[in-house]
Amino acid sequence: MKLFRKLLTSSVLVTSLVAATVVSINGAMAAGGGAELEHFTPVRTDKALQRGAKVFVNYCMGCHTADYHRYSHFARDAGLSDEAVVNNLIFTTDSEGETNKIGSLMASNMSKEYGKEAFGAVPPNLALTARSRGVDWLYTYMKSFYLDESRPLGANNVVYPNVGMPHVLADLQGWQQLEHKTDDEGHEINVLRPLTAGTLSPEEYDDTITDLVSFLDYLGDPNREARHSLGIKVMLFLFLFLIVAIMLKKEYWKDIPHNH
Amino acid sequence: MSKAANLLSWIDERIPLSNTWDKHVGKYYAPKNFNFWYYFGSLALLVLVLQIVTGIFLTMNYKADGELAFKSVEYIMRDVNWGWLIRYMHSTGASMFFVVVYLHMMRGIMYGSYKKPRELLWIFGMLIYLVLMAEAFMGYLLPWGQMSFWGAQVIISLFGAIPFVGDAITLWLRGDFVVADSTLNRFFALHVIAMPLVLIGLVFVHIVALHEVGSNNPDGIDIKKTKGADGIPLDGIPFHPYYTVKDLVGVVVFFIVFFAIVFFAPEMGGYFLEHANYIPADPLKTPEHIAPVWYFTPFYAILRAMPDKLMGVIAMFSAIAVLFFLPWIDRSPVRSIRYRSVAYKAILIAFVVSFIILGYYGMQPVTPAGTWISRLCSLIYFGFFVALWFISKDESTKPLPERVTY
Repeated sequence: MKLFRKLLTSSVLVTSLVAATVVSINGAMAAGGGAELEHFTPVRTDKALQRGAKVFVNYCMGCHTADYHRYSHFARDAGLSDEAVVNNLIFTTDSEGETNKIGSLMASNMSKEYGKEAFGAVPPNLALTARSRGVDWLYTYMKSFYLDESRPLGANNVVYPNVGMPHVLADLQGWQQLEHKTDDEGHEINVLRPLTAGTLSPEEYDDTITDLVSFLDYLGDPNREARHSLGIKVMLFLFLFLIVAIMLKKEYWKDIPHNH
Repeated sequence: MSKAANLLSWIDERIPLSNTWDKHVGKYYAPKNFNFWYYFGSLALLVLVLQIVTGIFLTMNYKADGELAFKSVEYIMRDVNWGWLIRYMHSTGASMFFVVVYLHMMRGIMYGSYKKPRELLWIFGMLIYLVLMAEAFMGYLLPWGQMSFWGAQVIISLFGAIPFVGDAITLWLRGDFVVADSTLNRFFALHVIAMPLVLIGLVFVHIVALHEVGSNNPDGIDIKKTKGADGIPLDGIPFHPYYTVKDLVGVVVFFIVFFAIVFFAPEMGGYFLEHANYIPADPLKTPEHIAPVWYFTPFYAILRAMPDKLMGVIAMFSAIAVLFFLPWIDRSPVRSIRYRSVAYKAILIAFVVSFIILGYYGMQPVTPAGTWISRLCSLIYFGFFVALWFISKDESTKPLPERVTY
């Protein structure tokens, strides 16, 4: 009887523990396109964010918008002055043709209509892609472009087959070629082989993508650091308060006689 | 008399302040043997207050407009001071509301708290659960992400299975031929005004009904049977201060779990906030896999387990409706599981396990194996009530104690 009660109670406790361990799979997400994804851990340092932002505004923002986030918010979070951001990172203009102000949203200058016409689909807003697809997907995707003459823009991607996006970083990475191989167990596998050299070495290209995806991770969840540091304080307070609450309860409840 | 006492008697001559306090708190005698399971009533009330307060602040910055809704949520997350905290508290609160309510219902079932004289108390509770589901469903549309949109599209289309009037009903519910701006606007109105009003009203009568008949306890015996010379139950203790201080411990433990999620894992791995909901609603692009949020998935699995849509809809609503009749399906005079038969314990465990398995398969894409397991579990789910009707008739129960176990 008691045992059963204990079992039920403990099963509830175990369930909550299991729920807590879900924390650890917070980053795990379903892969799209069926390709194996490389595991990626974002770097959240000022320098990495600054480098990543540089890649983003130079190579991505021509077509992709991120108009949920403000330049000023980024400046604050990446340890940059407003002037530094205005002078180095803002290339977009407002409807009057004036360079955007520090407080404006990170919106691309390409219109949706033009994007649809040029690529067949409007290039998606990238502010939340790290949250919808995950950083593993983004990291692998950016390394999986290959030369494909049959595609309108000459490029295809293993992670996102027949994607409308060209290989924007081909100058940096060089071109890759897709080869079909058969592994030891007779399964057909896709292998990407370098075809031409880019201006960056493979290691430098990986570093660039690391910075870029770290920046995209930041765009998706800019307040994570603030959340964690406040969270630790809140937890400490609650645990101390728990001790007080338990002592208070015991003090009152010692008056209650037991039935025997 | 002191000034404070003067003021109190001035008020008491006009409204029954002291009386109400005494009746519901100061001199409300609750059994002294409440255990772990008895925290979830006060916690449900706490989460309701949290949802209302965080909801008010969200409403100040949210735009109920198909063009603006998604962006306004991101505006709250990025530009509104403490907006991210308020929004994560609200989204975590929605899931935790169901965690707390499911445990609260489990308590009611285990200790037979729905039995005479608490049948109405149980029915008001079930109505709260029903309204809470509607409230959560409508609230989930508001961020206007892909899952918001397609989840609503799928659930509303279920009404289309009703013969003859189905299509007219779905059109009436949506206000358009698909989920659209008009749907968003009416769901917003229902989510922030209509449902909360009904919810608060139901919670009020739920507590009135509880305090009229008194609380049940883990032994399921009536403490009013053994009263002292002063007419107070010997095993009853005043709610305040004893249960206020005890519930305070429960509140702090709950907050530790709640804020651990809010601060460290607000998405809960995609269970509380689904990944696809970070993509704005797109009526032209159906997501590969549409799943409702976890708290609806047991019923969603029952729906999908049926070979026919109309049958599925009927089965799904029956799964909830049957719970209303629990006080009359269970014919055993003994309330608590502590004194009930092994057969009863066995079917209850089967019921709980099948509910959890259904919850799991409701989240997964359809597979033949999953469908058959869901069918089996649906059978166990409904089988519980049938078995209970027969088992409880002449159940061999253990003798009840005179006084509560404490």
